[in-house]
Order: sequence, then C-alpha cells, then structure tokens
Amino acid sequence: MPYNDPSPLEVRILTRRFGLPDSASLDTYLAHDGFQGFERALKLKPEEIIEEVKLSHLRGRGGAGFPAGLKWSFVPRSSPKPKYIVANADESEPGTCKDRLLMEYDPHQLLEGMLIAALAVDAHAGYIYIRGEYRYLIEILDRAIEEARARGYLGRNILGSGFDFEVYTHTGAGAYECGEESALLESLEGKRGVPRIRPPFPAVAGAFGCPTVLNNVETFCAVPYILREGGAAFAALGTPKNGGTRLFCLSGHVNRPGVYELPMGFNLLRMIHEVGGGVWKGKKLKAVIPGGSSCPVLKAGECDLPMDYDSLARAGSMLGSGGVVVMDEDTCMVKVALRIMRFYAHESCGWCIPCREGTMWLRKLLQRFHDGGGTRADIGLIGDVAKSMLGRTFCPLGDAAAMPTISFVEKFREEFEAHLDGRPCPCERAGEAVAV
Amino acid sequence: MTFSPDLEARFARLLESYPPGRRRSALIPMLMYAQDEVGAVTGEVVEEVARRCGVTPLQVDEVVSYYSMLHRQPQGKYHVQVCTNISCLLRGGDKLYEQASRKLGIGHKETTADGRFSLEEVECIGACSWAPAIQVNYDFHHDMTPEKLDKLLASLEKIQ
Repeated sequence: MPYNDPSPLEVRILTRRFGLPDSASLDTYLAHDGFQGFERALKLKPEEIIEEVKLSHLRGRGGAGFPAGLKWSFVPRSSPKPKYIVANADESEPGTCKDRLLMEYDPHQLLEGMLIAALAVDAHAGYIYIRGEYRYLIEILDRAIEEARARGYLGRNILGSGFDFEVYTHTGAGAYECGEESALLESLEGKRGVPRIRPPFPAVAGAFGCPTVLNNVETFCAVPYILREGGAAFAALGTPKNGGTRLFCLSGHVNRPGVYELPMGFNLLRMIHEVGGGVWKGKKLKAVIPGGSSCPVLKAGECDLPMDYDSLARAGSMLGSGGVVVMDEDTCMVKVALRIMRFYAHESCGWCIPCREGTMWLRKLLQRFHDGGGTRADIGLIGDVAKSMLGRTFCPLGDAAAMPTISFVEKFREEFEAHLDGRPCPCERAGEAVAV
Repeated sequence: MTFSPDLEARFARLLESYPPGRRRSALIPMLMYAQDEVGAVTGEVVEEVARRCGVTPLQVDEVVSYYSMLHRQPQGKYHVQVCTNISCLLRGGDKLYEQASRKLGIGHKETTADGRFSLEEVECIGACSWAPAIQVNYDFHHDMTPEKLDKLLASLEKIQ
C-alpha cells in the first residue's frame, strides 16, 4: 500500500491489486481477473445481473447504505429515454479518503463496475464526477479510459458484444454539497450545486432528466467481484444484509492511521486496537466518530460493536462513508463539535432556510461556548436548534449537521458545563481556541 | 479569446462528452481548466465560457460565486491550502495553519506582495488517514509536521 502499510487483518477484495507493479494499467488489471465479471455479465439477462447484485447485499458506500441492487432495479429499462451511469467521486465527507485510492491504484475496476451497471440498465454513457481537489485522478482516469477504449473494453461494440458504452470524467470545483446525489446532478448540468426535491429519484429522472444509476465509487468497485465470484460469495464476507468488505479510513488519535479493507461487521474496538495499533501516546480512548463527520459520536463505552449498517443504526449512529475518527481522552469535545459545525455552516448551500440559518446559529453558539462565554441555557438551546433542523431540508446536509451536534451535547454535557462562566477550556490551555 | 492548443483540444473533447443540447454541462470543467491556464476567472473568461456553453454571462457568474475553487483574482504562484477539519485538527492541522500564516505573513485567502504565495484554510481534502495534510496547488503533502512545513515553504521560496 502506497500511503500506509497494510494490516494482516485485512480481507483484500477491492484493494487486492494495490501495490502490484503498475497496478493502474489495463495489463495488470487483466492479469488479475480484470473484466471477468463483465464477461460473465454479458452471458446474463439484465435482470439476472441485478439479481446477483441484490444477492450480494451490497449497500451504498457513500453513506446512506441503500441496497445497490434495489437501486438499480428502480431504473425503468424499457423507458425510451437514454439512461446514464454516474459515479460519485466527490469524496468530501470529513474523515473519508478511500475512493481516492480506488481510483489511483485500480481505475479499471471502477470502469468495469460502471460498465456492468450500464449493461444491467442499458445505459451507453457514464460520468465520473470527481471533486476538484482530486485533479491528479482525472489524469489517471482519462488515461485508463483511453487505454480501455483502445483495447475494446469501452466504446463501440465492446468485446464484439454489440454493446456500446463511453465513460467521461467531469471535475467539480469545490463544494461538499455536490456529494449529495441530486446536487451532484445539478452540478453535472453546469449549475450551482443545490439539491432537487424528490421524488422523482435519480433512477427515474437523474442526469439530464433521464433514468440514472448513481453510486459511490466504492460501490461500483465491488461489482466486478460480485459478478465474477457471485453475489452469495460477496454476501458471505460480511454480516446478514451487510455484504462484503468495506474500506475503513482510520484517522485521528491512533498509532497506525490508514485505509484498511475489512469485512463488514468487524468489531470497532478491534479495529482501533489491532488494526490501528491502539490509541496514540498510551492514552485512553474517549470517543469515536464511526462513519464521517455526519455521524453521531460514540463514547468509548459504546464502541464494542460490529461495524455494519444495522449495528451502527441500533447504536444510534451510522456506518456512513467509512471515516472512523478516533479521539483520545484529552480531546475537547466542544472544540470538535465547533469544528464540525464550522464545516457545515461553510458548506450549507443556502437553499433551505433551516440548514442555512441553523448551521450559522449553531456555529455562533458553539464558538461562544468554546471561547468561554456560554451560558447554561445555551446547552439546551444548541440541542433545540439542531433538533429543529432535522427532516426539514431538501437534502441530508441539515441532518448531517444536526445529528452529530445533538450527540455531542447529549453525551458530553459535562464538558459543555465545564466551559461555562468563562472558565478556560479544561482540555487545553486558554487562548488556543480555533480561529473562525 | 483563445487558449493554448492543448486546452482548446481539451475543450473540444469536453463539448463532445455530453448529450446533444447539453453544452452547459461543460461549464464547470471549462472554468476550472481555463482558470488553471489564465490564473483567474476574469471577466473575459466568463464571457468566453458563456459563449462556448451557450449560456449568459450572468449564469456563469452564478456558478463562479458558488464553488470555492473558482476565484476572480489570481492566487499566489503557490497556493498553500492547510486542512484544519477534524482528522487534521486532531493531529495539529490548526497549528500548521498558524505556522504557515506566520511564516508567510498573510492570513486566510491572502496573497504575498510578490505574488509567490497565497494561503487558505480549507475544509477536508480527503487525506484524513495521512493527517495533517496540506495541498499546494493540486499537489498533496501528507503526514505533515512543523519541520516538514518549514522545509516545504523554504523549497518553494527558492524555485525560480
């Protein structure tokens, strides 16, 4: 692995070609089972492809965890409109840095996954929407697309099958909101990235008003294995209804942060201690954000659980995008809550008032709190403002800002109380407040 | 307004990437690539991109004002972007930002008088597991330390 050493506990399905010489080349891909999933898909009926994906219990890796096969089945294949495939490579959820590696080290796996989806819904064009900061990946993907076209794996009459499919890269320009599917589609059409009201969902009216399969990069990358080895084989890697492996991005106060591919359902404490080498500097664990900054925080005592969508939901949080952020005993939770809210206030697109105003007021309240000017009534007010945003916006950004905030206030109320009456922050020296 | 032959070729490919009648889809990529070459989204760039995408300059302005990577004024030759979002914050990203600000003598979204450096405190850049991280233009620098940052800034200072 190029950015961090692999862990012996990993189960490498999507990342198995990482570290091979010239892993991004088509030759390396073909020498290691590349396009075999597609060749099998060519022999299947479209509904059989979708059935295989349903059987795999592959769930959306972008954060929502919606079953991928079910999502594909909503596309009206018989519609006279063209259909599109869109890969969401707008990886921006704080704590998440996995799709980058999948595109850098194995771009053909993503192309094959998109191609199989295209075959399933009869699409002939696909777009990879990449966040603007990942410019180097556009060069890598454009090269891979060119190589695949030259060798007959993309373009017209792919492998003599009579099936046509083109893939194009499309750069974003800096906006977290564009990772939300409907805002992404607006952006793809050359507009401000504001969300669309749903229904209709993208499966029916997505890119250019046409039926669209829109999935996260990692979701598409799992598809070649599913078609090659069978949906049941993928499902068996995980826990019931949570198929396969996923790339976990371990960050924060651990000894060995890194991106690790682990089976769905891997125990969170084990991930921190055995994969990540434990909490750094010999300190104790205080809290974990289990799936990117939108997810409610877990206290140390709540972390002995399997990392899958359903277990996290039962624990009152979310598996999200796989960003596992570990915090040691000295972390100031008010500071973390503030930094998260500064992010959402910056990224709110302003379309829905509860999100635009709510994130701004929460940022101000949390800033005042962290600076030592908070009042006891503010603690309740923070929770109330956050709760009044829930479910009242077009897209989940409002919820994404509110949910972690509610959890910080409820689970670490004593830390908020310790900041009252101008006392210096108990977790660090005064005067080290985050600049706003 | 014309661009370099390479960029013109890229624009030609871009305009063919979208369905018929959907030229507007090329708008954001075109602005990004034009900005890279021209240095900023100038009024002239707005007019030209509007013409090529079949929209009004006002529609382009609406887009420019939305996206954080599009800017109307030229940035420094080296645009130093320090991430201070949670994963970086937990490993000292905020201190790195202050250090860069002190060293360069500029604040958030400011440019040095000689135009060599500009500084920006940015949101998550997708390098969380190799934090703290910064980006200089499009280049990532992972696992940063105060010493590495000093070295990096000094080396950029020396490049002719």
